[in-house]
Amino acid sequence: MEYLIGIQGPDFVLVAADNVAASSIIQMKQDQDKMFKLSDKILLLCVGEAGDTVQFAEYIQKNIQLYKMRNEHSLQQRYGNDLFPTPYHVNLLLAGFDETDGPGLYFMDYLSALAKAPFAAHGYGAYLTLSILDRYYRPDLTRDEAVELLKKCIEELNKRLIINLPSFSVRLIDKDGIHDLEKLVPVGAK
Amino acid sequence: MALANVLQSESVDFSNYGRQRRGFASGLYETELGVESVGGDNLSFAVRTACADGDGPERKIEFLHGTTTLAFKFQHGVIVAVDSRATAGSYIASQTVKKVIEINPYLLGTMAGGAADCSFWERLLARQCRVYELRNKERISVAAASKLLANMVYQYKGMGLSMGTMVCGWDKTGPGLYYVDSEGNRVCGDLFAVGSGSMYAYGIVDSGLKQQNLTVEEACDLGRRAIYQATYRDAYSGGQVNLYHVHSQGWTRVSQSDVLMLHQQYQAEKAEKA
Repeated sequence: MEYLIGIQGPDFVLVAADNVAASSIIQMKQDQDKMFKLSDKILLLCVGEAGDTVQFAEYIQKNIQLYKMRNEHSLQQRYGNDLFPTPYHVNLLLAGFDETDGPGLYFMDYLSALAKAPFAAHGYGAYLTLSILDRYYRPDLTRDEAVELLKKCIEELNKRLIINLPSFSVRLIDKDGIHDLEKLVPVGAK
Repeated sequence: MALANVLQSESVDFSNYGRQRRGFASGLYETELGVESVGGDNLSFAVRTACADGDGPERKIEFLHGTTTLAFKFQHGVIVAVDSRATAGSYIASQTVKKVIEINPYLLGTMAGGAADCSFWERLLARQCRVYELRNKERISVAAASKLLANMVYQYKGMGLSMGTMVCGWDKTGPGLYYVDSEGNRVCGDLFAVGSGSMYAYGIVDSGLKQQNLTVEEACDLGRRAIYQATYRDAYSGGQVNLYHVHSQGWTRVSQSDVLMLHQQYQAEKAEKA
């Protein structure tokens, strides 16, 4: 039901997440933010079982802050990924910009499978949109092209996904940090 | 075991008790992230196997989920409306259950799911809120109170607690409304309805709230009407509608109306219009 997507460009990472917080068949909240800021240039997008998502993400977030305070420098992006198989049923996308390595997007699922990928998605929506990403993605996308690609994916969800996802939060990470972009609100079924 | 631990701990320390999830922090982590390792209770990372889930003894206990509770924010505060029926299967055990728990003079909690679970945990929350007040010399915010409750029940996730509650209050940021449940959900919002009759209630309140600038009177009528409509359709909700209004000075008990009386009243109004 929930959807996460990330697209990496040559010097940025674009991420988006839907905004619905649901409980069985009811949408309890339509403006839920599923992105957690781990540091100035790292975002954790987290979906999965109720409760586990927020508890897990906040746990990681606070521990990374603690590390930063204790060690006076931030955890590099790839170390934020070392995790053991845990009973937390959460699926993640970790997106960030590293000084030395540049932009990075990591896909992680609840079994702790970890993969660095140029683009990734979680949720039922991933089945519909990964092929679009396969077809149109290029490693040298500009920011505008990446946003257009994202819009294509969301239009597809709007058209074919049985669950209505009314809006998506979008953020971009580059060397200057995390930028909030306009929320994407797909309009009308085609 | 769990109860004794909870009552002993002043601030709930969720690195130790109850769940294997706490096995997260391992010795290895100590060097990399500086996370303190779990104390004597260093539970293994073994993922709970499937046999532990789903078929535990908790599943055989029947819970009284039949209820309709709702709360919504409007410009003059928060309206909280609940029914008062308790059912055990198809038997109506009581028509006069108090489903609103008065945590303190400016915080209310609603009850849906297991009655014992709700009232116990909310009483414990009341105690924690009081301790907070004494330590910090100021009232606890609704966000903090709901987070305390959510963290407390999260430790028992999967162990059979059944609780769907709304924490409603007024703090220095204005009216506050949070939904917290035993699954671990904690969501802030302007409108929630919980229970078997919640969907019927959503229908009424969503359409009623489209009109902006409700007066207190109109908001109370809306809450009352929504519960009534839910009791009309849902067999597991009924009894009386208990209505509370939370405003800057705290909460006020507005009314208690029998659902059958409301039915007569609305029918009469309809007949008058026709």
